[in-house]
Amino acid sequence: MTNKPVQFLAALGVIVATSVVQAQTAYVSNEKDNTISVIDINAAKVVDTIQVGQRPRGILLSKDLKQLYICTSDEDHIEVLDLDTLKVTHTLPSGTDPELLALGGEGRLLYVANEDDNMVTVVDVVERRMIKEIAVGVEPEGMGISPDGKWLVNTSETTNMAHFINLETNLIEANVLVGARPRVAQFTPDGNQVWVSAEIGGTISVIDVASHRIVEEITFRLPGIERSAIQPVGLTITADGKRVFVALGPAARVAVVDVETYQVEKYLLVGQRVWNLDLTADERYLVSTNGVSNDVSIIDVNRLKVLKSIKVGRLPWGVVIKP
Amino acid sequence: MEPMFAITIRIITGVFGALLPISVALAQQAEVTTVRIGVLSQALEQYIPMTTLEPVYDDMGLQGARLASDDNNTTGRFVNQEFRLTEVVVPTDEAPTAAFKKLVSDGHQLILLDLPTDMLLAVADQPEAADTLLFNIRARDDSLRNSDCRPNVLHTIPSRAMLADALAQYLSWKRWRKVYLVVGKYPEDKAYAAAVRRAAKRFGLTIVAEKQWIFDPGARRTDSGHVNAQQEIPSFTRGVDYEVLVVADERDEFGEHLNFRTHLPRPVAGTQGLTPLAWHRTSELYGATQFQRRFRKLSGRWMTSRDYAAWIAVRSIGEAATRTASNDVARIAEYIRSTEFTLAVFKGVPVSYRDWNGQLRQPVLITGSRIVVTMSPQRGFLHQFTTLDTLGYDRPESECASGR
Repeated sequence: MTNKPVQFLAALGVIVATSVVQAQTAYVSNEKDNTISVIDINAAKVVDTIQVGQRPRGILLSKDLKQLYICTSDEDHIEVLDLDTLKVTHTLPSGTDPELLALGGEGRLLYVANEDDNMVTVVDVVERRMIKEIAVGVEPEGMGISPDGKWLVNTSETTNMAHFINLETNLIEANVLVGARPRVAQFTPDGNQVWVSAEIGGTISVIDVASHRIVEEITFRLPGIERSAIQPVGLTITADGKRVFVALGPAARVAVVDVETYQVEKYLLVGQRVWNLDLTADERYLVSTNGVSNDVSIIDVNRLKVLKSIKVGRLPWGVVIKP
Repeated sequence: MEPMFAITIRIITGVFGALLPISVALAQQAEVTTVRIGVLSQALEQYIPMTTLEPVYDDMGLQGARLASDDNNTTGRFVNQEFRLTEVVVPTDEAPTAAFKKLVSDGHQLILLDLPTDMLLAVADQPEAADTLLFNIRARDDSLRNSDCRPNVLHTIPSRAMLADALAQYLSWKRWRKVYLVVGKYPEDKAYAAAVRRAAKRFGLTIVAEKQWIFDPGARRTDSGHVNAQQEIPSFTRGVDYEVLVVADERDEFGEHLNFRTHLPRPVAGTQGLTPLAWHRTSELYGATQFQRRFRKLSGRWMTSRDYAAWIAVRSIGEAATRTASNDVARIAEYIRSTEFTLAVFKGVPVSYRDWNGQLRQPVLITGSRIVVTMSPQRGFLHQFTTLDTLGYDRPESECASGR
């Protein structure tokens, strides 16, 4: 074990009790640079930059954590990056302009939103082919899979709905009207709720899975910031289901929301146009991508403090963290 | 009895689940409610276009309405609502009032008006219009947002004042403050110039000189027309010390010729050159790529500002119908005007209608010929409620008396 991680943490005034610090790597897609930045979180710096295809946006780790699936939107396919060699080994078909994706079927099936055709495409990652298409609303985007793997929630940006798709039958069973331009949909770890962000509506809709009813609509208020600039996009939920972190876009802040009370605990100032975020496996750190600032912010979750910004490529979009 | 006017009518019905590869949502109720929307359009005068890049479209506006109707119906199949569009096109030299009355008597109370200002007012003032909600998708006259406003009219196309304010904010931000204003001879050119003068005052620009374009356009296509233009334009523009030339040429007769030919090396802006528009064919900002693609697939051409304005109007109706779960016109109209109403229109912020004059508040694109250069309102211009209201006539400035 090197001294570097300890020095880094000591410099921040944090006392390290454990003797071993886990390696934690963040992968960030840079939409304009067509690269993936590889960040060593403990060292708080970029250790590698990998050239990929045109316009990388949504990224996702494979179930075995050995590969990264990258939606290279302008190539109209998904690229698969081997995380040991850091080389793109092959592509997967996806339909045109893939943006976001979700992994289901025990890690074998990728669900990709196909915005041009108003479809969700199902891709078998082993056979490397599209096996099914599901018709949804206009401009599908957000994809959230339930913890038990039985449900997929897909949001349609222009239809303003969250569609509940039964993954056994691949049929839509419920359609919930949410705020304007819904983006991300995530299930809570207990599978009872789906949280959906509405970028233009400025809200988070909390949907009860059993009844498909909206049980709460969360709005955000920041003094001095015009309401139309508060645009929730990415959200990530802690493993204990107690907190949700929401990226608020041009408001340049991450909101920390208490799941039980639906109240905002705190707003954290990060970089411009913050869109997506992810937690480390131990949930000590949160990383946000700040699109217009061209950097990512590392946030100490226990103290709810923004620690550092790290410059990455141009227009960082998605982030996933490998334990 | 034969109708006194020749009209073409298109009725487009929503496709209720007919094209889906698999079954859709199991709906609780089987009953489908229908929302009927009319589009009343007066055909444009035919003209020879300035450039082969922009042929004359005879369906400007109509295609935007059709796309929105398709979009509404995609949502509609999930909530048991069906949207039907009825299009009526009236020839250039005929008044649309008879066609309007027929639309209303056929059961349409939500109607898009693709008409010039005088025709629009004539229609809006008909007794049959009393219980209708009309959407202006074409006329940009500021008078319609002020003394000639009507309680039953909403405007989705930006006014001239909004366009001029959007441009002036950018020029102010750039510190290109000395403006040379060149005005065409038509009334609409003078209206555009008036909006520019107002915007200059609001945003700290100085109009250092103003000149009327005196030349007769003549034939647009000639074998060696550039030779004279190369001589004429420099002498026309000589003698003024300025930073940007703003041209008001709404009929597109001479403005395009000014750029690269002025005496001083200065940018041209206004109706040509750096142009403020509601929509540009190349905009891919804020997720517009799919929107543009769907439009091109449907229409076979680029989307114009009027198509965009029509799309917004029909989508406003669809959004209101879905959110109120109703096809009752009064409820839909009330929802559209309420503070709850927001619509996503691929410009990064929600849009809504101003309660003092019915104008849709929206960002305005500032465009080059091949790209979008910027979008107003510009950073740094503040407003008590929303920076979108720095464009056009704000509440205290509006002369519209029918306040709500």
